[in-house]
Amino acid sequence: MHDHHPGHGDGDPHAPQPDHDAGPASPYEVLERAIRELLIEKGALTADEIAHAIDIMDSRSPALGAQVVARAWADADFAERLRTDTRASLAELDIDIGELPEIRAVFNEPGVHNVIVCTLCSCYPKMLLGIPPAWYKSVAYRSRVVREPRPVLREFGLEVPDNQVVRVHDSTADLRYFVIPLRPPGTEEWDEARLAEIVTRDCMIGTAVPDIAVKRAA
Amino acid sequence: MSRTASTPAQRFNIGDRVRIDSRPSAGHCRAPSYLRGQEGTVTAIHGRFRNPEQLAYMKPGLPEVTLYKVRLQQTHIWQGYGGFSGDEIEVDIYEHWLLPAGHA
Repeated sequence: MHDHHPGHGDGDPHAPQPDHDAGPASPYEVLERAIRELLIEKGALTADEIAHAIDIMDSRSPALGAQVVARAWADADFAERLRTDTRASLAELDIDIGELPEIRAVFNEPGVHNVIVCTLCSCYPKMLLGIPPAWYKSVAYRSRVVREPRPVLREFGLEVPDNQVVRVHDSTADLRYFVIPLRPPGTEEWDEARLAEIVTRDCMIGTAVPDIAVKRAA
Repeated sequence: MSRTASTPAQRFNIGDRVRIDSRPSAGHCRAPSYLRGQEGTVTAIHGRFRNPEQLAYMKPGLPEVTLYKVRLQQTHIWQGYGGFSGDEIEVDIYEHWLLPAGHA
């Protein structure tokens, strides 16, 4: 690549970086701004309501899903309710999943490993896991995980034994899925808060399983 | 919006063998093309939802359509599938894309 900034190509950590909003706005940015400004101008929404909705979206993170998994591990009755009436069981934890889409927990079993994808677009259990990672939306992940799930999981560092079923969930419609992994051995004495620490985002997508030596970042 | 567990109009039951229709579609459609013409088993009935093929074009999406979870065998879908013979795909399919298994 051609380099106009002296020193940049030499690894200068202070080389100028373009601002994120440098250059002309994309057509979608223009469209978003126009619609947002019109809605505010016409009194349909306030800027405060938009900021509040963004705050709610930002408040969702894998920590929320991890809390659900930890409760399911610690409380078999809760796990059963999570299986049969996910919406109501999440409400017990003060988690409101909002209107559609619905959400379902899929439970890993000793003979079954579950993994989630949306081949049509990028449907993701945002209400429990927050914003999806970029790879989840990539064509490579979406097209390959349904065709060759085991090599894909291997690339994530997960080797599923040959006699264990890999069940891929293609969330194509009005439901979102998240995986309840198996509780790892060695955690028998742990309380829910400690259990939740080892439930990472990828464990709930199904591209990883909990490792008692690995804590979730946030 | 409705989350009714079942309805008298429901065409399939849990355990039924079904075929995902292989007809072509134009515009927004939630029946993935890689599964069209494939057969599987109904494992859950999710209830009735507005038809996304109409909602995508600002239509009301009524009447609501029943949504099913269908389980398919990977080795039936992909020729030369490299994994375990028990590997599966589960997918949510609206009733108007399902036929009884064996149906042409």
